[in-house]
Parts: sequence; C-alpha cells; structure tokens
Amino acid sequence: MTVGEIVEKLGLEVACGRDHLDRTVSGGFVGDLLSVVMGKATEDCVWVTIQGHMNIIAVASLVNVSCVIVSEGYAVDEDVLVKAEEEEIPILRSKDSSFEVVRALVGAGV
Amino acid sequence: MKMHYDVEGGEFINVGTASSQFKKTLKMLGIGADIIRRISISMYEAEINMVIHANGGSIDTEITPERIHVVLQDQGPGIENLDLAMKAGYSTASRQAREMGFGAGMGLQNMKRNCDELQISSVLGEGTRVEITVYLNQES
Repeated sequence: MTVGEIVEKLGLEVACGRDHLDRTVSGGFVGDLLSVVMGKATEDCVWVTIQGHMNIIAVASLVNVSCVIVSEGYAVDEDVLVKAEEEEIPILRSKDSSFEVVRALVGAGV
Repeated sequence: MKMHYDVEGGEFINVGTASSQFKKTLKMLGIGADIIRRISISMYEAEINMVIHANGGSIDTEITPERIHVVLQDQGPGIENLDLAMKAGYSTASRQAREMGFGAGMGLQNMKRNCDELQISSVLGEGTRVEITVYLNQES
C-alpha cells in the first residue's frame, strides 16, 4: 500500500510532501512520546501522533517512516511543513482521534 | 574526519540540529543506512538530554574507517544516580519537556540499544560526558 492510497481511503488532508505519496507503507505505529517512537517504530511505517512540532520531523527522519498522520486536528506549524518537505516526509492531518485513525488504517489493510 | 557542534540549551522546539547535520554528512560519505540510523538515534537522544537537562553543551564527532565516535560534553547538573537513570521509564524531565513528548525515560535505553559502546561519566554539579561508538566494519 502507498501513502497516496491511505490519503484517499481515509480522506486525509495532505499538509505537505505531495510529491512523495508513492512511498510504500508497511505497518504502523501510534505514539506521542518521541523516545518510544524512536525505540519501537519500524522503517516505512505510518506514524500516528498528536505532536505537531518540529521534533517530529527529526524522529520521522531518523526512523525513516513513510509518512506522519497528525491526528485530533492538532495544528502543524508552517516551519515544520517546510522542514518535512525538505526531508521528503509527507505530513497528513486528520480531525479524528488517534484511535479512529488507526481503526481506519486497519480497515484499509495496513 | 572530525567535526564539532555547539548545542544551545533551553530551546525545545528545534532539538537535534547537530544530529541531523551529522546524519547528512554520514549519508554523503556513503555510510550504510542501518549504521546511520543507529548512530543518529543514539546521538539525537543524547543531544535531547543535553538540551532538556543541561542547558546545552558541545558535541565532537570523529569518523575513521573503523568506527564512528561521538562525544557529548555538558556543564549541566550531572546525573545523580546513573543506574536509576538507565532504568526504562525513569525520567526527571520538566513538565514542559514532557508535554512535547520528551521525558519518556527511554532515551538512555535507546542509546544503549543502538550503539556498540556507550560510556557515561557524570559528576554532580559539574556535568556529564557521553561517549557513543558504532563500529563500521561489523554487521549488526
């Protein structure tokens, strides 16, 4: 499955990284504690979090996730989007809770 | 090849600048992706600690054909009980740091797990020195 397919199936807002939606997704991880994400998330996963600040880009890039879904309608700062674009990481947004997002991801076959 | 980075304290919003620059350098040098991931995670965790606990510090890196060696030195409060600090889930991070998703108490664990050698020496009231080594010539 690709990031683009997830965007379509879940009706997510693409906040940035539109050129990298062809990236393959395998597995997922939910977490708002950055060290836990760094310790446990696997490469190419979709990461669901409510954190929308700059440090998520460092973590996403280090783990090499395929995309980040910022849930609960949390805002993502403009400079975060610029950095994410630089790092080629799609940032997607959803108004739903992390639980609902994950439920939809599972339903979509992730 | 040696590099030096100064890390400013207090700014939680853009932690990891040094780690991210170092990671780019390693990529340019053609170092393997898994090695880069391991050393970058270790260094990033250590850099975070420096910012949230010690008001910044300095980082010196050295790349040789055999290994990547990173030394982080701060003049912070020091670690009172290293055994306790190494315990998963233990954290003394501030509320502000926790609200940003730091302070899970997993940092030192992540560092240990992702490098080949980790040395921490700390003196209360004087500072902490963290040395991280990842070897290049062995598959992990």
